Amino acid sequence: MIETGGIDPDTWNRWHVVGCHDELPTDGPRTTRLLGRAITVARRGAGADVRLGDGTPLPAQIAYGYVWTSLGTPGPLFELPEYAEADRRNLNGCSFGVRTSPPRAIENFLDMAHFPFVHTGILGEEDHPDVKDYDVAISADGREVVASNCLFYQPKAAAASTGGAEVSYRYRVPHPWCAVLYKDSPVKPGRMDVIALFIQPCGEEEIIANLALFILDDDTPLPALRRFQQQIFVQDKPILENQMPRRLPLYPRADSPVRADKASIAYRRWLRQLGTTYGVLS
Amino acid sequence: MITLHDYDLSAEGYAVRLFLALLGQDYSLVPVEYYPAREHEGEAFRALNPLASLPVLVEGDLVLTEVAGILTYLAARHGGADWYPAGDAAQLGRIGDGLALAARLAASAGAVRLADGMMLPLDGAAARAEAKRLLRVIDEHLWFGEAAGNDWLCPGPRPSIADIACFPHIVLAEEGDIPLIDYPAIRRWLDRVRRLPGFVVMPGVFGA
Ligand SMILES: [Fe+2]
Repeated sequence: MIETGGIDPDTWNRWHVVGCHDELPTDGPRTTRLLGRAITVARRGAGADVRLGDGTPLPAQIAYGYVWTSLGTPGPLFELPEYAEADRRNLNGCSFGVRTSPPRAIENFLDMAHFPFVHTGILGEEDHPDVKDYDVAISADGREVVASNCLFYQPKAAAASTGGAEVSYRYRVPHPWCAVLYKDSPVKPGRMDVIALFIQPCGEEEIIANLALFILDDDTPLPALRRFQQQIFVQDKPILENQMPRRLPLYPRADSPVRADKASIAYRRWLRQLGTTYGVLS
Repeated sequence: MITLHDYDLSAEGYAVRLFLALLGQDYSLVPVEYYPAREHEGEAFRALNPLASLPVLVEGDLVLTEVAGILTYLAARHGGADWYPAGDAAQLGRIGDGLALAARLAASAGAVRLADGMMLPLDGAAARAEAKRLLRVIDEHLWFGEAAGNDWLCPGPRPSIADIACFPHIVLAEEGDIPLIDYPAIRRWLDRVRRLPGFVVMPGVFGA
């Protein structure tokens, strides 16, 4: 039996993101943390070398612009076919350290109700606070949570927006700590921008949140795209850090009522199915 | 015309943006990407400010690169007697002390906030301990001030640029895991600053 130090098997055997490949230092390995352990991540040309603090090599792969590793024996990483579409720009919007658990960050990313109050004037407006009903389900194969038919009025949905619009949304959660958002492109009607949140689980209450953009916008300069994303994420950061308990309660409890948001309820049910115990209260 | 070279998430930059807003002064903003591109360390920016720090204020031929200098200039140039008590030597001295206090907060509370969020190397425990020492002193100072009828860091009926310089580092301290719950007089003072006419927020700061 493999010694996992109490980490549940699903978490132990998953691929986890450990940074944007382009942003790795060129002058030596980056020291960071994964699931409570010190690790190093070094650039190796188009690849990467990932090791535990004691030098033990870990599996490594580059996918969607990021380095992924695992403490266990990982299966295939989830699919994100939009990454390979020729007309998209793929970039790391921002990476920030946040004092919260991985699932709290995913729950916040799925929650449209906070847009008008936290991202006022950008992703929402206080006089358009209503979240219209939408569909949510765990996929038939049990591999992801999908929320669809979400509609929300946004004053400035993307860096390229020229005005407010009713924006349609779709979410996938194909990994306990990775969520992918599809939203109407303000530039190419009928197509969708893709924004993903890839969480590096440094510890149970300590994460690095990476926002990946796969977008249909040829014109906005890179610094302006990153600036837009940083401004939004930094509005979420104090909300996340003030949520107590920091670990996500998987069952309703008297002292921490579970909000009745459909996506959040389905997400929690999925984590229970996976047997995830890391970063949660069960 | 005033030009401000600045990064949205800079607490020092926010002190300047806040003061410009309170003064009702127009300015043009040139965004500089501190993180992750470290644009402030590049050659183009060093030509403007060899110290490679943010923010930088330019008006005509004047280039200012420290919050203390920028706020002092703006107060004297655009603030009138409300913000620059030209004849009051003691008050000017107190304001100078307050600006230096803001620099100490920047080097402790401000540094640990940036290091935690942007994964920069820092002795976080030492920075947090120093920040808490400063906050304890400021909280007591404000508490005794309130008892004597003073609402602001420097005695008098109006806030000064010392309040403006210190406010960002204190209001953002929790991002560096420094809880403000232990400093009740500071929390009341933060609310007074938030209620100043013309007050503006930055990402991570919420209004009154
Ligand atoms: Fe948000």
